[in-house]
Amino acid sequence: MSKNIVLCGVGGQGTILASKLISGAAMNRGIPVKSAETIGMAQRGGSVFSHLRLGDDVDCPMIASGSADIIIGFEPGETVRMLPYLRKGGQVIVSSRPVMPVTAALAGSNYNGSEMLDYIRKKVDKVIVIDTEKACRELGSAKIVNLLLLGAAVNSGALGLDEEDIRKVILTRIPKKFHDLNFKALEYAKKSSL
Amino acid sequence: MHQEFLMGNEAIAMGAIAAGVNLVAGYPGTPSTEVLETVAKRRPQDTYVEWSINEKTAMEVGAGAAYTGARVMVTMKQVGLNVATDPLMSLEYIGVKGGMVVLVADDPGPISSQTEQDTRHFSRFSKLPCFDPSTVQEAYEMVQDAFEYSEKYRTPVFLRSTTRVSHGYASIDVKDEEDYKKNTPEGFIKDTKRWVIFPKLSYQAHINIEARNVELAKEFSSYDKNLLLNMESKAFPKKGIATGGFNYTYVSETLKTLGDARFLKVSTPHPFPEELAVKFLTGLDEVICIEELDPVIERELIYIAGKYQLPVKIYGKLTLDVKNSGENSLDSVMGNLTKFLGVNPPETGALSEDDKAEMPELPVRPPVLCAGCPHRASFYAVKQAMKGKKTLFAGDIGCYTMGNAMPLDMVDTCLCMGAGLGIAQGVDHIEPDTSCFAFVGDSTFFAAAIPGVINAVYNQADMTLVVLDNSTTAMTGHQPHPGTGQTMMGDVVNKVSIEKILKGIGLEFVETVDPLDYKKSVETVKSAAALPGVKAIIFKSPCIAIVKSDKCLAVDNDKCINCRKCIREIGCPALIIRDDKVVIDDSLCTGCGLCSQICPVGAIGGDHHE
Repeated sequence: MSKNIVLCGVGGQGTILASKLISGAAMNRGIPVKSAETIGMAQRGGSVFSHLRLGDDVDCPMIASGSADIIIGFEPGETVRMLPYLRKGGQVIVSSRPVMPVTAALAGSNYNGSEMLDYIRKKVDKVIVIDTEKACRELGSAKIVNLLLLGAAVNSGALGLDEEDIRKVILTRIPKKFHDLNFKALEYAKKSSL
Repeated sequence: MHQEFLMGNEAIAMGAIAAGVNLVAGYPGTPSTEVLETVAKRRPQDTYVEWSINEKTAMEVGAGAAYTGARVMVTMKQVGLNVATDPLMSLEYIGVKGGMVVLVADDPGPISSQTEQDTRHFSRFSKLPCFDPSTVQEAYEMVQDAFEYSEKYRTPVFLRSTTRVSHGYASIDVKDEEDYKKNTPEGFIKDTKRWVIFPKLSYQAHINIEARNVELAKEFSSYDKNLLLNMESKAFPKKGIATGGFNYTYVSETLKTLGDARFLKVSTPHPFPEELAVKFLTGLDEVICIEELDPVIERELIYIAGKYQLPVKIYGKLTLDVKNSGENSLDSVMGNLTKFLGVNPPETGALSEDDKAEMPELPVRPPVLCAGCPHRASFYAVKQAMKGKKTLFAGDIGCYTMGNAMPLDMVDTCLCMGAGLGIAQGVDHIEPDTSCFAFVGDSTFFAAAIPGVINAVYNQADMTLVVLDNSTTAMTGHQPHPGTGQTMMGDVVNKVSIEKILKGIGLEFVETVDPLDYKKSVETVKSAAALPGVKAIIFKSPCIAIVKSDKCLAVDNDKCINCRKCIREIGCPALIIRDDKVVIDDSLCTGCGLCSQICPVGAIGGDHHE
């Protein structure tokens, strides 16, 4: 198996934890993993990404344009930014909640992500949009966006991993008090991405 | 052996531990920081580790330990090496007893740095051997090789990494603890002919160094991480590709699509493996060099082709066939190699060129100060206090460089660690009517600003020093420093007081203020600016990432007149516009209260807990 995965969002949204969970799940299955991500200055509210490559025949942790099997986008605009990486027939999972940059607020812009979602839907066949704002409200926590998106990604089949793999890795990588909440998020994602 | 999923920097640390490193010293700097942090976390009990106050000190601490026979690693980013140059250039002549690896992380892009300097040049300049790993696994193994070479030739050696190796992750094979090397230092043995640098000693040492490097170049030609591949390429019999470091992975990955071509992987850019390079070049008509930062391999190959009169054309950065600045990528290397080999690039992905042209305008996200960052309040207070006056705001290196962003716009200059002090003085001497400020963070103060303060006092400058003390080294991920009272060994020690240092130097006006107290902050800046000589204000408030707040403010929409002064003047990421109204993003707000203090109608308040 070989999979190229792009995770993207805005610094502080939890892309790195999601990337760690996927890596952990793949490694539990004995699949070699390579990854690269944004660390440092850009983390402060900037655009961030993780490239993840699962499989044996991988030298470079980065992904070439047009070769990602799946993009897991934590923010509509950031997902569009990464869309050139998607291969033909690739899968997009995207959170509908926009993060307004300071530059947009200053310019008095009304950036709300909707034109980004329209673009993605127009250009990509396999798209799952998760209303993370609604989901967080219903589940009572703002900290589960990564699990919601991960749940949808697993469910799409494009990750090459199953829900059980993710459940297992949650048990070892995440503090116990968050297990139930995270499992609920996975369940929620399954329902809403059908 | 067992498998671990490690970041490149973690792998370097684990490699050093496996090599029996006794002492590790360094100064934080992206992309090098995690090396020392990992050693601190996973070290055997008798390994000593410290964040030194700067790279020069780290290098000197490392030298002392290596004189005793200890195995030593010194860690820094590329610009940190500039600070450590003075001791290192002399240490080259003195040499070491215990193995000494100088880990320097370069930053093609640059992604988080002031310069795109290339440590491979530095290794040539300093005549020190250099190892340049291409993958996380190789970085792990190469540190151990580097220690062996260092000890064998009694010289410090460079392990030069780049961002994508340092910050890449991979599942790699690492040694079990029982296979770690154990190194017991012999101790320092007095020998003035060995350890005291004098012109006569340096002359003799220079002769030895030149001879050693010739020998090393030969040895490196058979080093197992310098590779010559696909010598009998059928597809491209007359063309070759030379690469090294992380770019090796771009090349090998790209050739999987384009077909096998002869290629040379250089893992020791200095001394250059000349014999291996001659084998590579022989029989080729054309070679392209794929590397980042400077054309180091390219120049070496041109030299070797000339020396051996090999009829081969060499392309790369110097011929503008490969971009000569910024980071390479799989895409750029694919472009370089398809052109060079005369083959077609593979099909494109989901988006056609037309699709890309239709892409809506993307949000621009420059890095900004976090919501609730006390630096924002400090900058805003100085800005308001000095409104309408002729001013210079000299910035420095750290999170607070982001005070340059609109709407604060409070960084007029930024050069290198500690430079703001000198720049403020230089402007003051030429333009006495300008009110000159130098902003410096607490860690940068200890690292590089103290001589600048003494210089200002001694040379009678008029300037205001603003220390932005957030009780941590925030930008690089919250390392302790002398002001925090904690060491990397986990000891709690006396805090070094910035205020006492400044008073000790002879400053009469040294005021410590909480920048989140807006009114008092503005008053303090005004009174400091009105005085002659060197004055200091210490804005003290902890980084929001180390003292987590559960406070959050909200906008009272009945009172809000939608003037947007808050957004226009302080640019906090938590202040956003939703349905044409100012709202506070409760996932970001820390309740710092700066916006509520500047709201003209008192519409921002509350302290509602989530």
